[in-house]
Amino acid sequence: MRIVYTDVLVVGGGLAGLRAAVGARRRGQDVIILSLVPPKRSHSAAAQGGMQASLGNTFKGAGDNEDVHFEDTVRGSDWGCDQEVARLFVHAAPQAVRELAAWGVPWNRVKAGPRQVVMDGQHVTLTEPDASHGLIAARDFGGTKKWRTCYVSDGTGHAMLYAVSDQAVAERIPVHERTEAVALIHDGTRCHGAIVRDLVTGELSAYVAKATCIATGGFGRIYRVTSNALINEGIGAAIALETGVATLANMEAVQFHPTTIFPAGILVTEGCRGDGGLLKDASGHRFMPDYEPEKKELASRDVVSRRMEEHIRAGHGVKTRFGDHLWLDITLLGAQHINGKLREVKEICQHFLGIDPVKDMIPVRPAQHYSMGGIRTDAAGQARGLAGLFACGEAACWDLHGFNRLGGNSVAETVVAGMIVGETMADFVESSAGELQVSTALVREFLEREQAKIDTLLHGNGTENASELMRRMQDIMTEKVGIFRRGDLLQEAVDELQALLLRSRKIGIGTKRAGANPELVTAYRLQKMLKLALCVAYGALQRTESRGAHFREDHPRRDDAGWLKRTLATWHDDFQTLPTLAYESLDVTRMELPPGWRGYGAKNAIEHPATEARVAEVATIRSAFGHADRYTVQQALMPFDHLVPEAFRGRNARPGDETS
Amino acid sequence: MSTSPRILTLRVLRSSPAEGEAPHWEDFRVEEAEGMTLFLALTEVRERLAPSLQFDFVCRAGICGSCGMLIDGKPGLACCALTRDHGSTITLAPLPVFELIGDLSVNTGKWMRGTAERLETWIHSEAQPDLTAVEPRMEPELAEAIYELDRCIECGCCVAGCGTLRMREEFVGAIGLNKIARFRLDPRDERSDEDFYDLIGDDTGVFGCMSLLGCHDVCPKGLPLQTQIAFLRRKMVAVGLK
Ligand SMILES: Cc1cc2nc3c(=O)[nH]c(=O)nc-3n(C[C@H](O)[C@H](O)[C@H](O)COP(=O)(O)OP(=O)(O)OC[C@H]3O[C@@H](n4cnc5c(N)ncnc54)[C@H](O)[C@@H]3O)c2cc1C
Ligand code: SF4
Ligand code: SF4
Ligand code: FES
Repeated sequence: MRIVYTDVLVVGGGLAGLRAAVGARRRGQDVIILSLVPPKRSHSAAAQGGMQASLGNTFKGAGDNEDVHFEDTVRGSDWGCDQEVARLFVHAAPQAVRELAAWGVPWNRVKAGPRQVVMDGQHVTLTEPDASHGLIAARDFGGTKKWRTCYVSDGTGHAMLYAVSDQAVAERIPVHERTEAVALIHDGTRCHGAIVRDLVTGELSAYVAKATCIATGGFGRIYRVTSNALINEGIGAAIALETGVATLANMEAVQFHPTTIFPAGILVTEGCRGDGGLLKDASGHRFMPDYEPEKKELASRDVVSRRMEEHIRAGHGVKTRFGDHLWLDITLLGAQHINGKLREVKEICQHFLGIDPVKDMIPVRPAQHYSMGGIRTDAAGQARGLAGLFACGEAACWDLHGFNRLGGNSVAETVVAGMIVGETMADFVESSAGELQVSTALVREFLEREQAKIDTLLHGNGTENASELMRRMQDIMTEKVGIFRRGDLLQEAVDELQALLLRSRKIGIGTKRAGANPELVTAYRLQKMLKLALCVAYGALQRTESRGAHFREDHPRRDDAGWLKRTLATWHDDFQTLPTLAYESLDVTRMELPPGWRGYGAKNAIEHPATEARVAEVATIRSAFGHADRYTVQQALMPFDHLVPEAFRGRNARPGDETS
Repeated sequence: MSTSPRILTLRVLRSSPAEGEAPHWEDFRVEEAEGMTLFLALTEVRERLAPSLQFDFVCRAGICGSCGMLIDGKPGLACCALTRDHGSTITLAPLPVFELIGDLSVNTGKWMRGTAERLETWIHSEAQPDLTAVEPRMEPELAEAIYELDRCIECGCCVAGCGTLRMREEFVGAIGLNKIARFRLDPRDERSDEDFYDLIGDDTGVFGCMSLLGCHDVCPKGLPLQTQIAFLRRKMVAVGLK
């Protein structure tokens, strides 16, 4: 029995996992990172557009601060997020950007003086202030009042991931590449690490840790059409679910990105629209202003994706033999801008479409993009239900994004949550609760159980074909649990997924080898992915309202009275075919920003009974503190300082701001 | 204009060192589809014909650097290679130099981590950044110039294309030299040219390069490897003469 001991085990070498690992390491803990692939190949590298943080350096960002970022985030979430977490996040995001700057990220910088930009289809001259010359610049993104998205051309995620990954090397943190956590070791109340499969040799080992952090990213690959990488299969979330005690939250909250190239599903960044690109239909008409006169192409992603699909349904799509699509037109941005700031987009268009976006319009259609749901944690990153288990990044439901995340808020979340959970884990390991108390018998039991599962797949007499079942699951999710959802179709999806889950227990495998064996990997991952798919589909079926990215044609209104709550899914025993769902209410009486209209999209929510009183109360507090500074007012409305780790307290300075 | 689709033959150099399976060519036939990339073709082979076939795709969009292989003998990213740009028989082999895992999969990760440790590819700075203060300024043009060199995706194509590396295993390669150029350009890194000389001032570094430029033509990101290596060599010669 091979056992590896460490203080902190981080499962996942993307931005979130790496940042958490560096944090714990700097507090003196021994850390090991596991990753399916070399960490720099994690999907964080694919984030093109940028990272939100309210630095307020640019002309169009002037006056930005935590308050504005907070409100944008809450509205974006359609009031589904945890507002305290959103506060903690907007407070720490500027620090995260500045830390990354110190670690070498070549953020684009403000150049003082006039410059040409495209806004709302028009060429406009903006004059950047002298005082900001050389400070970190920002671009426009959907659903934001200010230009707040810091960026590195269109390779933001790449530059961030390389900088943080190199910090992990500098801290001498070992990364065990090509390994996969396939189960968590736990005793029902405490997590003790993970059972890990070496993807090259096939060997299983136990990694025993005081603190275990899951940072395995999203699970887009349960869908057929997705912008996600091939490795985004959600195994980290699934193994948490399989403990029977840890909880997944809001799994039905799945984001569809408006602009992925058609039909391959490869993403072109929101920066295309942020920088002035337009959406057009088959007849070349710019249709978004017809639906969203206010924000147009730059409403939040859920709204733009829905409007696009609506427009296609109305017969305005471009018809091809693969289906219908719309156009993204960035030709008006000009060659210089596209060749400099949108070069990855240009390369993608050249490689996969054989077109030049300087001259040609890009065929696009929405595709699955982001998982708002994930492992439910508290604000410090501790997973609910299992002590010693932590989660951060896209794998977690920290609950910054509620039912829709804003572009640029995700890579920001990875590093901010990583900063926080790194501290949380170090605190935990140093505390008495962090002591290792695990019997080798328990470790052996978990190892043997996982080995038995693999042996059954390899040598059992199953006859089902794993790739076929995988394809079927992905089709069901894309066709029936997509942008527009309906009770009858969701019920069909749930029934069919349950049937697939039963069939997946009888998979047979042609390749018998124990080592590197892609067929075996597909088989055991599929069994886990089906559970996630069921959490998504069943959660969507039960939620009879529309909120953010979750849109029910048969229940088109947001229903705060009935549904201002978070879905919690658990999977108690392996023979269940459906998750157990429970709900956790969001407390309107404590919200800094009580529910209202988002400022875009439909204006038809069913009000929560407590909203009116809270709105009045907030107004009273605001007027009572009429002369106080914004920090004092905020503190009176919804204190959150207690959630900020010691290391990240203090007020964020901005140019020209007296920080009072 | 509907002609019947081509039948492609993918001629793959297969092997499984773990099981003592020696390298041998195996042919797979797939029907070409519109816009087919080698990623799509190989996925189809694995799903229908050879479930044990090993290869490494992650982003399938030319971003992550996972899928470098020899395509008709030339290093390149398989996910961005459109089959229509190739003949009806396409040979695929794993990248040389790197440790072979099996079939088209090689261990670039281990090599890259080794490079990062050896060349200390991170910002060296004594100062602890003050995270709540307004960030230090940088000229916009300089930031963009650093990003130009930061765009390397560690795919290993330049390594596989380098004649020196096939003879001298410890050579840092174009990728290593480009990394040094990147950190040297970055004023946040406090290392001096003398420090960099210690890292690459011999024939496992910049003086090992024979300027054959096998690296330059194969870099999928179009990094200016040729000019960077030449520039770095002049700088390091200057240190050597001191
Ligand atoms: C195409 C694209 C563009 C995007 N652009 C933006 C953007 O511009 N701005 C923005 O804010 N957000 C963007 N996002 C979202 C954002 O990039 C991701 O949400 C974020 O990077 C996720 O980071 P992460 O660290 O949580 O996970 P990832 O970066 O996905 O890393 C997951 C890690 O976990 C490892 N792993 C997974 N499972 C296991 C296992 N079982 N065992 C061991 N290791 C495992 C993987 O190897 C990997 O290292 C984009 C997303 C996509 C798909
Ligand atoms: S120029 Fe130098 S680094 Fe590039 S291939 Fe030739 S020897 Fe290798
Ligand atoms: S320099 Fe170019 S070819 Fe070499 S590893 Fe980097 S991206 Fe690949
Ligand atoms: S799979 Fe990422 S570069 Fe080819």
